[in-house]
Amino acid sequence: MSAFFDMGGYAAFVWPCYAASVMVIGLMTAFSISSHARARAEIRRLEEQAKGGRS
Amino acid sequence: MTALSLSARLTALANPKRFLDISTVLLPWTAGASVLLLAAGFYMALFATPPDYQQGETVKIMFVHVPAAWMGMFVYAVMAGASFTGLVFKHPLADMSAKAAAPLGAAFTALALFTGALWGKPMWGTYWVWDARLTSELILLFIYLGYIALWDSIEDPVRAAKATAVLALVGAVNLPIIHFSVDWWNTLHQPASLLREGGPAIHPAFLWPLLTMAVGYNVLFVWLWLLRVRTEIFRRRARSLMLAQGAGQ
Repeated sequence: MSAFFDMGGYAAFVWPCYAASVMVIGLMTAFSISSHARARAEIRRLEEQAKGGRS
Repeated sequence: MTALSLSARLTALANPKRFLDISTVLLPWTAGASVLLLAAGFYMALFATPPDYQQGETVKIMFVHVPAAWMGMFVYAVMAGASFTGLVFKHPLADMSAKAAAPLGAAFTALALFTGALWGKPMWGTYWVWDARLTSELILLFIYLGYIALWDSIEDPVRAAKATAVLALVGAVNLPIIHFSVDWWNTLHQPASLLREGGPAIHPAFLWPLLTMAVGYNVLFVWLWLLRVRTEIFRRRARSLMLAQGAGQ
């Protein structure tokens, strides 16, 4: 098991690459989902408002 | 089919309302597929590949470096294609598609540069050299950042779309330079192993995890891209609603 973490002596190069990849994937996903949710909430609020204003 | 009905069909497909309907169906599938593919890809890359006979365990970096580099270029090609479509057909959905893709492409490119540096140190003895491949890849990142900054600096979306589209198309000249840099100039970077004459020069034990990661990154991009185009549609509609309300008062 420790041989796996050691990565043949290249742990200091291999693991940061995987950490960065997982982090970039996670951040892209989190930002895209949250800004989508925010924009959708905003447009729903505005559409409700527009409807309310007209009636 | 006449030209008119073809263009009518394309217009119908490019209708934002229609896009929202289609993407609503596609979102859960692309989300699920990207999670599964990436999980399988990371598992295979970390646990099911042998060390390379020359590079040892640093070859594991290939599985995250190469797909990220491919995506940086692929997303740029998508962005340039959408920009061209937006310029020629003046369709807002094309503009929004180009804008939505840029941050994803920039992230993939940054990841490719970072993992490349960490692969270069043990294999080449240096994190960075100013050779053609590395420099043109860095320029790709700068073009992405300039493109994003240009969108943010012009308030009117129609004018912003035009200016950014021109930048995206001019910057597309960098794509063949990146791809062929390893053939045209002397470089530490190895030449292409997959997209080469005579077929892939890579052992199947490495090829399958690599392709799984590449497809996973691609499906992830499609999922996030759909989300981001929808976000743009919502924002533009919100903007015009607010303008209309402001005018009505």
